[in-house]
Amino acid sequence: MTLKTSLAAATAMIALTTGMAAAEPALIFDLGGKFDKSFNEAAFNGAQRWAEETGGSYKELEMQSEAQREQALRRLAEAGANPVVMTGFAFGDVLGQVAPDFPDTKFAIIDMVVDLPNVKSVVFTEEQGSYLVGMMAAMASKTGTVGFIGGMDIPLIRKFACGYAQGVKAANPDATIVANMTGTTPAAWNDPVKGGELTRAQKSQGADVIYAAAGGTGIGVLQTAADEGILSIGVDSNQNHLHPGKVLTSMLKRVDNAVYSAFTEGTDLQPGINVMDLAAGGVGYALDDNNAELVTEEMKAAVDAASEQIASGALAVHDYMTDETCPALTF
Amino acid sequence: MDFATLIQILDSTVRLATPLLFACLAGLFSERAGVFDIGLEGKMLAAAFLSGAVAAVTGNVWLGMFAGIGASLLMAAIHGLASITFRGNQLISGVAINFLAAGLTVLLGQNWFGLGGRTPALTSGGRFEPIILPFAEAMAPVPVLGPIYSELISGHSFPVYLAWAMVPATAWLLYRTRFGLRLRAVGENPAAVDTAGVSVTAIRYAAVAICGVLCGLAGAYLATGLAAGFGKDMTAGRGFIALAALIFAKWRPWYALGACLLFGFLEAVGNRFPNIDLGLIVLPAQFMQALPYILTVVILAGFVGKAIPPRAGGEPYVKER
Repeated sequence: MTLKTSLAAATAMIALTTGMAAAEPALIFDLGGKFDKSFNEAAFNGAQRWAEETGGSYKELEMQSEAQREQALRRLAEAGANPVVMTGFAFGDVLGQVAPDFPDTKFAIIDMVVDLPNVKSVVFTEEQGSYLVGMMAAMASKTGTVGFIGGMDIPLIRKFACGYAQGVKAANPDATIVANMTGTTPAAWNDPVKGGELTRAQKSQGADVIYAAAGGTGIGVLQTAADEGILSIGVDSNQNHLHPGKVLTSMLKRVDNAVYSAFTEGTDLQPGINVMDLAAGGVGYALDDNNAELVTEEMKAAVDAASEQIASGALAVHDYMTDETCPALTF
Repeated sequence: MDFATLIQILDSTVRLATPLLFACLAGLFSERAGVFDIGLEGKMLAAAFLSGAVAAVTGNVWLGMFAGIGASLLMAAIHGLASITFRGNQLISGVAINFLAAGLTVLLGQNWFGLGGRTPALTSGGRFEPIILPFAEAMAPVPVLGPIYSELISGHSFPVYLAWAMVPATAWLLYRTRFGLRLRAVGENPAAVDTAGVSVTAIRYAAVAICGVLCGLAGAYLATGLAAGFGKDMTAGRGFIALAALIFAKWRPWYALGACLLFGFLEAVGNRFPNIDLGLIVLPAQFMQALPYILTVVILAGFVGKAIPPRAGGEPYVKER
């Protein structure tokens, strides 16, 4: 076989493999890491569910630094992945630049709105889910003081805090809310030691239920809360099992459903803004064997009544990101 | 601010200052011997990972601690080999250690446990338990002294007390022993030490090894004392804060204690009072987080005393022929 034919054969092979890979979807995880037991892990679970049900395979990529974002997006789009799903608000600007260069590729971004003809933006109404767990926190608290620990201080996390504070005030108008942010850099998502120290500081201020919306830092919050004998509330994924009987509940953000539906739609992904709210099952609270004893009938009734009101539109929870103010909490 | 709050903040200060203190003393040994070390962060991270991993597998915190020290020593050996034997650039070697540790910990963690670089959560035997000092219960009701003894002094875990003990030990070793004199001399004028017939290489390796042990303790305390297991990048810049503390302390052991306590205190205050209202202006939490670095710059700029590094620091020693 001459060199020319083997080259041609090799080219044909490459063409064949790219052709086969064309319909393969891709998922990019943000800096918190794929196994953060929270936001990114929920996305991973959704992708896994799709892979198990359809027998398909997908490409995945985990961000290691801010600088990789554009390169990662371009590489996956060039490799023929379609649709490309990414988790995290931080992809917003980069996707705005990259998406127009690949008009035939569909993109889906979670937690951010990018208004382009080939992008589906999935946003969650975290304030509604946080409102529900806030009500539970206020009802479970014996001291009348509850805590909130956020990760990096960004509007999205303030949205969690604001919804939570509104829920707390709804259940107990006299309650005090202690709120801390771990930091202002992405390192704030991965500092369990500081999370633990903030938990102790909040406990000393009387807080006996603490809601952590802080990625990997939250693992330290839940751990210290369990050590110190107070309750905690997990976020994004169901974290009740981390410390059975010591995690009051978890605010569920069904990122898994968003990824699953994006993968299922495949190349027919519908562009536009998709709001995953309480009515659509996008957010909620976790109830399982691990926290069954902590959640009283009274709590459950109150929270279920509130969720019906929110879903029907009778009760509006203020969204921090619309006007950067919060009626129930000052930052 | 009432007394109970003050005790709580100081208690938090002690916990937060401990890893800084270990790392700061580690850097002190290395830099006093003329080997700059910006790889403190990486060594702590490697130690935190291996101590968390071994403690999780064996359920024994002490085995975890020694494994952590071993990991840190290995990193120190790489740094020593690159910067002492092969006379490489010490700063670049330090940066390499940081990158190596950041990547290797997550890679090995994922390979061993499949939890995305985290180690499994530690249960009681795998963590340092608080040590209740004698009479802590009995002393508690005594006003002022009671809370200070029972809450501030008692109830910390083993590495905290070890870190405090390391300060006089370091001062004694550096200023009262022959080894300490030689170590300091190697950092100031290695040629003179060489002329006296003492091996510069051996002293520098010893200093780097001590640095490794202390960084190992810092990392082990983070993963098995403060947290319950290793998490990706869990040192979160503490190695660099320790370096800032080292400069702030002008490379002296007792000053290092003061600097680490100050930096720990600033963090504890920032945790307890996110925004400090001074009447006219409100200090945001970010200001408290940045303050250690601001103070270090102030010191380096020579406004408050002068920080003079060891004279032979950063330069590999080349024996004259």
